[in-house]
Amino acid sequence: MAAAAAGAGSGAWAAQEKQFPPALLSFFIYNPRFGPREGEEENKILFYHPNEVEKNEKIRNVGLCEAIVQFTRTFSPSKPAKSLHTQKNRQFFNEPEENFWMVMVVRNPIIEKQSKDGKPIIEYQEEELLDKVYSSVLQQCYSMYKLFNGTFLKAMEDGGVKLLKERLEKFFHRYLQTLHLQSCDLLDIFGGISFFPLDKMTYLKIQSFINRMEESLNIVKYTAFLYNDQLIWSGLEQDDMRILYKYLTTSLFPRHIEPELAGRDSPIRAEMPGNLQHYGRFLTGPLNLNDPDAKCRFPKIFVNTDDTYEELHLIVYKVTTIFPSHPTLDFCRRLDSIVGPQLTVLASDICEQFNINKRMSGSEKEPQFKFIYFNHMNLAEKSTVHMRKTPSVSLTSVHPDLMKILGDINSDFTRVDEDEEIIVKAMSDYWVVGKKSDRRELYVILNQKNANLIEVNEEVKKLCATQFNNIFFLD
Amino acid sequence: MGEEDYYLELCERPVQFEKANPVNCVFFDEANKQVFAVRSGGATGVVVKGPDDRNPISFRMDDKGEVKCIKFSLENKILAVQRTSKTVDFCNFIPDNSQLEYTQECKTKNANILGFCWTSSTEIVFITDQGIEFYQVLPEKRSLKLLKSHNLNVNWYMYCPESAVILLSTTVLENVLQPFHFRAGTMSKLPKFEIELPAAPKSTKPSLSERDIAMATIYGQLYVLFLRHHSRTSNSTGAEVVLYHLPREGACKKMHILKLNRTGKFALNVVDNLVVVHHQDTETSVIFDLKLRGEFDGSVTFHHPVLPARSIQPYQIPIAGKTGSAEESVLPFHHVAGFTMIFGSYLWNLQVKLEPIVNLLPDKGRLMDFLLQRKECKMVILSVCSQMLSESDRASLPVIATVFDKLNHEYKKYLDAEQSYAMAVEAGQSRSSPLLKRPVRTQAVLDQSDVYTHVLSAFVEKKEMPHKFVIAVLMEYIRSLNQFQIAVQHYLHELVIKTLVQHNLFYMLHQFLQYHVLSDSKPLACLLLSLESFYPPAHQLSLDMLKRLSTANDEIVEVLLSKHQVLAALRFIRGIGGHDNISARKFLDAAKQTEDNMLFYTIFRFFEQRNQRLRGSPNFTPGEHCEEHVAFFKQIFGDQALMRPTTF
Repeated sequence: MAAAAAGAGSGAWAAQEKQFPPALLSFFIYNPRFGPREGEEENKILFYHPNEVEKNEKIRNVGLCEAIVQFTRTFSPSKPAKSLHTQKNRQFFNEPEENFWMVMVVRNPIIEKQSKDGKPIIEYQEEELLDKVYSSVLQQCYSMYKLFNGTFLKAMEDGGVKLLKERLEKFFHRYLQTLHLQSCDLLDIFGGISFFPLDKMTYLKIQSFINRMEESLNIVKYTAFLYNDQLIWSGLEQDDMRILYKYLTTSLFPRHIEPELAGRDSPIRAEMPGNLQHYGRFLTGPLNLNDPDAKCRFPKIFVNTDDTYEELHLIVYKVTTIFPSHPTLDFCRRLDSIVGPQLTVLASDICEQFNINKRMSGSEKEPQFKFIYFNHMNLAEKSTVHMRKTPSVSLTSVHPDLMKILGDINSDFTRVDEDEEIIVKAMSDYWVVGKKSDRRELYVILNQKNANLIEVNEEVKKLCATQFNNIFFLD
Repeated sequence: MGEEDYYLELCERPVQFEKANPVNCVFFDEANKQVFAVRSGGATGVVVKGPDDRNPISFRMDDKGEVKCIKFSLENKILAVQRTSKTVDFCNFIPDNSQLEYTQECKTKNANILGFCWTSSTEIVFITDQGIEFYQVLPEKRSLKLLKSHNLNVNWYMYCPESAVILLSTTVLENVLQPFHFRAGTMSKLPKFEIELPAAPKSTKPSLSERDIAMATIYGQLYVLFLRHHSRTSNSTGAEVVLYHLPREGACKKMHILKLNRTGKFALNVVDNLVVVHHQDTETSVIFDLKLRGEFDGSVTFHHPVLPARSIQPYQIPIAGKTGSAEESVLPFHHVAGFTMIFGSYLWNLQVKLEPIVNLLPDKGRLMDFLLQRKECKMVILSVCSQMLSESDRASLPVIATVFDKLNHEYKKYLDAEQSYAMAVEAGQSRSSPLLKRPVRTQAVLDQSDVYTHVLSAFVEKKEMPHKFVIAVLMEYIRSLNQFQIAVQHYLHELVIKTLVQHNLFYMLHQFLQYHVLSDSKPLACLLLSLESFYPPAHQLSLDMLKRLSTANDEIVEVLLSKHQVLAALRFIRGIGGHDNISARKFLDAAKQTEDNMLFYTIFRFFEQRNQRLRGSPNFTPGEHCEEHVAFFKQIFGDQALMRPTTF
């Protein structure tokens, strides 16, 4: 990879220069209605991270945010402030439920240089962070909380401020540790879902399988079907699926793959024939069905919080994910016996399809370009920029500066409704192309020596013709 | 036993004839299904009635002695009457031919005629105790010509008119059967075969009785049915019917055994390819279907009755001159392998009632297998489908899937046959070629419109049905069609969409479209467009679909223009190379409507350039009707902004 043009520490510089990625400074949730009178300000604070911070500072910070939001509201009553830029950090504001505010403070990336006299000079990179990326991260925090705990209001109804505080503490204490702010990028804005490409017949067979399973196990309310971290079917509504998908692919699945790779398989799997990775076992719930004392504790999730507000249990049976209302061990056994054998057949069908897909894409040479595609309408997302998602970081195969350009193009797209196209010549031989057509966005990174604008345009046209020939995508 | 329980019934209009008595002799001809009532040897009249003809034939003939057998040739052309054991008399019933009787004596000396059979309108076979003689009748000459004969000792014979096969019983045990096949003046000898007789006590001489043998065509194949009675020495639980398959070529082979699980007297019928066995002691009948799965032991398939035994539905015989009517339970005693049944002075066709069977056969897969083979099955099958989707009798999805798969299997077979026929016709094979037959569409072929009209459209309207079930059923039907590689009609897709929309399940709909489960079509794309106000992504889905159709470019332009995406429309049409033929006025109109002057300028300039390129001048021609737009352009941007013609 070519050396970056701006600020990237590499080679000889590395000895004198230290880089610090963006980091979470603080994260708090408050409700101004809870302590409107002087002296009661502490009551406003529902959650504060880091907790060690002195009480008065907490109150001051919350008060500052409240003031900024209140102040900026005079200028834009419908769209209150989303973020505050300072030299050292950025603050992001989000009001997910009325009067409940979530604030995330992120420290700007730092470069520490040695001055001639040996003293370290700290340089804050004020323009590095993208507002949209971190606003999305903050929104995701709320969605994730809501998925497992329901709304703030519901907690208030159930057990008042005390319960809400408990829930927030319990959830965010762990969740904040999993935020990896240094590797957030465009994909966090999209919050997309990667769909598994599948032929019609196999898809219909899966449909049929799901319908039959839901019929024979009538406590199953919704089913989602994934293969290889990619979604095939969701009975849940889009927004709920979006956050659940995020949880499954970035948290639950990676957690379970690691022990598997280490060879610590569950006893059930050993009985299964074949060598496919995906065989019936529970990722949530009982490990061993033959153990009568096995605990049937499944995580609760909350969906459709806007209207029906359903409280369900999340059962993840490897390959399929389902949501019954009251599972028992007996249910698990039935599920195992119904789903297990049929899944064996389906899994081999899908696996076949997977190999066909692989062969088709493998037949081409390593392409000269990488792309990210996102469709706002179905949240479909496809990236050849990103490598495997792991619970710790999402690895990209391109330089962070290019990722930032993508983010900038995305911000430009957001400003206007019309379709547009932006072509950027980046450092070295890189070209970055962004296209927006009818709520679809495509970002292409090309690396071609001495290419000119026309050639780049041609190249992107070719890419669209091969990768997106079955959708209406204006060139 | 409720009335709905009887699955066998007699036809509504029986053939009624005068009961046999000392002066009236009654004969039945299986070939023409005619009953002859001969009074006083014919002197006081002969009345011939068939099941179909309303007008009985009646005539007189001289009483030349006791009539042993009387039959018309096919199409009632010539009447043959046997009065002695040596001769058969003939009488022409052809207009303009002499009606004087003529006689044929059997050729073999000292032979006795056992009977005769017509194999066509002018060909007749005499069966004697010493062989068979095949004649052609020459009605004009009032004589017969011997075509062929064959000598062998005959105990008894049997004729199957549908397949024109005569079976002769030979040897002492009577159990070696010699078949002959007749066709257009030829007689061919088929390989003979032996019926295995059950072991019997030594004191009694075993022999094959004519009464225990029948011939019938079942599913297009000729079978010899042998009623093997329960023998005390064997451990078998009851009598059974053994079916020997008699192919056109090759040896006869024992293929099926029907287990009756009873003993006593039986009678056989074959109705609609079903073997009906009547048990006289219990006055009940059972049916067997060779196509239903039986137990195969490596050479023979064993079948059990499809349904529990039931009586034939009692028939009301109207009694002339009386106001009431007598109900008689029907007991078939006449052993006919056809489908007719004679009782007293009536001749009926036996019929199978399918409706009661629906409730007697709980296994829906087996029920479908059974129904799909029946002649009049369509409405019953459709009602089974409706029933299994009804709230009270709702079947489980796997059962529904099985039923759909069976329907579509039959449907696909027909479609394939149609297709290969069409291809053969296209390839120029002559229509008269015997190999080229247009496939017959039986009632078992239930296509998408049948299922849609009679089952699914009513089903989705049912408010009380959980929508999850409704959608699952529709998807199951579509899955089944796809599995048999049958192209799904758009109205089924529309049904799915309507159901999903009704329940606000747009995300599901989106996923179906994303995976192309709902096939692309213009009607579907239009339907999606109409949904945009409820579900905005429908617009994108619709455009994608139109794009994939590749025949809907005009529609795409219209859609984009209606959304005021004039530039997008123009770029699209240019992208596919159609921009030289589009109407400038349409685009300028749309651009003007946006009230975006720069857009209007761009579009206007584009067409000026097109004019320049096509005609060498940027001006619009009067035929384009763009005067109004030129004026508008001048008004906004001034005269000097108009493109100047480039001259070389």
